[in-house]
Amino acid sequence: MIVELGHYALVLALALSIAGAALPLCGALVGDRRLMAIASPVSIALFAFVAASFAALTHAYLVSDFSVRNVVENSHSMKPLIFKISGVWGNHEGSMLLWVLILALFGALVAAFGNNLPMRLKALVLAVQSMIGTAFLLFILTTSNPFLRLVPAPVEGNDLNPVLQDIGLAIHPPLLYLGYVGCSISFAFAIAALIDGRIDAAWARWVRPWTLTAWIFLTLGIAMGSYWAYYELGWGGWWFWDPVENASFMPWLAATALLHSAVVMEKRDALKVWTILLAILTFSLSLLGTFLVRSGVLTSVHAFATDPTRGIFILIILCLFIGGSFSLFALRAGTLAQGGLFAPISREGSLVLNNLLLTAACATVLVGTLYPLALEALTGEKISVGAPFFDMTFGPLMVPLLIAVPFGPFLAWKRGDLLAACQRLFAAFAAVLLTIGVGLVFAGPSKALTFFGIALAVWLLVGSLSEFAFRIKLFRAPLGESFRRARGLPRAAFGMTLAHGGLGLTVLGIIASTTWNTETITTMKPGESVTIGSRIVTLDGFLPVSGGTYSGTAARFTVREGGTTVATLAPEKRLYQVQNMPTTESAIHSFGLSQLYISLGDVKADGTTVVRIYFKVMILLIWLGAIVMALGGALSLSDRRLRVGAPKPARAGAAVAAE
Amino acid sequence: MRRLLAALLLMLSLLPALAVQPDEVLPDPALEARARSLSTELRCLICQSQSIDDSDATIARDLRILIRERLKAGDSDAEVKAFLVDRYGEYVLLRPTFAWHTLLLWAAAPLVLLIGVVLSFGLFRRRRIAEPAALTAEEERRVEALLARDD
Repeated sequence: MIVELGHYALVLALALSIAGAALPLCGALVGDRRLMAIASPVSIALFAFVAASFAALTHAYLVSDFSVRNVVENSHSMKPLIFKISGVWGNHEGSMLLWVLILALFGALVAAFGNNLPMRLKALVLAVQSMIGTAFLLFILTTSNPFLRLVPAPVEGNDLNPVLQDIGLAIHPPLLYLGYVGCSISFAFAIAALIDGRIDAAWARWVRPWTLTAWIFLTLGIAMGSYWAYYELGWGGWWFWDPVENASFMPWLAATALLHSAVVMEKRDALKVWTILLAILTFSLSLLGTFLVRSGVLTSVHAFATDPTRGIFILIILCLFIGGSFSLFALRAGTLAQGGLFAPISREGSLVLNNLLLTAACATVLVGTLYPLALEALTGEKISVGAPFFDMTFGPLMVPLLIAVPFGPFLAWKRGDLLAACQRLFAAFAAVLLTIGVGLVFAGPSKALTFFGIALAVWLLVGSLSEFAFRIKLFRAPLGESFRRARGLPRAAFGMTLAHGGLGLTVLGIIASTTWNTETITTMKPGESVTIGSRIVTLDGFLPVSGGTYSGTAARFTVREGGTTVATLAPEKRLYQVQNMPTTESAIHSFGLSQLYISLGDVKADGTTVVRIYFKVMILLIWLGAIVMALGGALSLSDRRLRVGAPKPARAGAAVAAE
Repeated sequence: MRRLLAALLLMLSLLPALAVQPDEVLPDPALEARARSLSTELRCLICQSQSIDDSDATIARDLRILIRERLKAGDSDAEVKAFLVDRYGEYVLLRPTFAWHTLLLWAAAPLVLLIGVVLSFGLFRRRRIAEPAALTAEEERRVEALLARDD
């Protein structure tokens, strides 16, 4: 019964979303306030119904209702509770429902907290949200219905793909979807502005918090996915340039560009057309990502649950929304008035450079991801585009971008002074020279490239801190004065320092872990040891393990340093009985920011096993940097300037403050 | 049938990943290093986005052993790659060759960058002309008159 209620709620949600799309749009076009006014309550009701539907499906999973096909295919009564819940979105139908749930959530948030938006703008934004909702609700109900029953009901389910039975599945998809789908809001704002034919700095101020929110979740979602792949897939890699990863990375690159161009628009009323285009592009890339992952057009390590027959439907949605929005853009972009003037060397100029490089980087990822598909479809030729290609094309675009990052905040709006910016970055220059000097003396010129990378990270870190230090007059004024200034700084300023510094940390982690990664591949018997740097790793023996729907063997390793035990690790080999699928569970121990990573090969009858031991120097910085970036975003989001409806700060000091 | 095959291949690629085996490693560290760096450039043909260095599939192991044999026989890196391309087609290369059919792939980023640079320079140039040249002699006189009145 609850399942049918959930199903019914979803159908009602479709009806609501059709109403929510059509009526406020008509209202906005003919200027009928009553029609526009229904947008908010409909959006909130839409969320309530989708949430009820989602809750019904979750309930079916919790009670292991095996009369529901979706539960049979993806669950098992013995599965731990957390994986029963995360199993709801560990499959195609459920994940699409989560997608729509988050879409409806964002719509409801705009409806609830967008009180100060002009009525027409709000109605248009919510109408666009409802249009997207209509398309995807139709998709779920016609091709991917999670509420279908199965008669007769089997007594037991097929269990979830073992790779997905991990805490990563509980966190990664919801975070990523909050990011992906969150981009729909800036898209809706862009479409509304195009329909309205009016766009100004206030528009940018309204749109920025939503973009920032989506960006924070996208950052965390990608980082989480990367860490999950790192520990789950068992070969110590953390980014594979896999098409599915690219699908989430492209919206991130575009959203990062959008965040920066929206600053220019908000502060200087410039780059309007470009910002609108970026908002459309960002969500288009999210839709493209959804298409790539959900249609099964690529089968990759991530694409566990796909069905190619649904591809056409999503492709139609994709064409409608991307095609429609670009047509609207082509029609209306010319009517948008151009804004403030600026010189190439200026804050605006640096943000244009940021956008240029991020867009080019995004383009290379896009083309690299789609090119093999297109080439095969057109000529039948099969080529591979993998990590070496992206390293070669993406890397060179990132280097100038990273070099430019610390300059931007030191340049004034309209017309900047590059020489003065260089002078203020004196400490960063010194740190870079010191890093390269130390590298040349201690590691020799053969490692020059590595130290160039490290120097780049140092440049980012010291450069971002320099800007902060400059602004609070650190060491140039008494400490009390600096402290007072720091307290007076808008939170967005802290946010930028953190976000740019976090980027530096990530770069440092990437360079250090790739350069100083040590890898030992060997066969071991119980009692044998290998030396990893200053540590001795001993295989003590094997233990049987079992839990949920698997059983297997754990190997116990003891790590000693100078005679004392510093860690024990227990990597496992598991066999998931229901799906008859073996997996390896690597074991990881952190030493500070570095990690010791052990994964097991086959265990022979005499206890000999192949062992892979990695020592990854400073690898945690990769994800820590991303968390710091997201934290910076969150801090910036809490700035009162960005709070929807906050009055524009009039103080002159605040104008210098923003990114 | 194709879907079943795809599912099976997917399963294979998900098998416990443990790539290079101890018995494959060459005694000569220089040669082994070359083998490893070559391995990261070659695709495990049945896996998705995995190099033969990362994959533990049987074919990846066979290829790893094969390239080590070719290296021992004195082949250069390029010769090893050419040998594999002859056998398995360009699909085996994770970094596509630069040729007519991949021109757009390689040119995409530079092209976007170029277009972007041209567009933004156009932006600055148009504005620079528009900004200062606007005042006529008549307007100059009026400006001076206004400024003089302020004093």
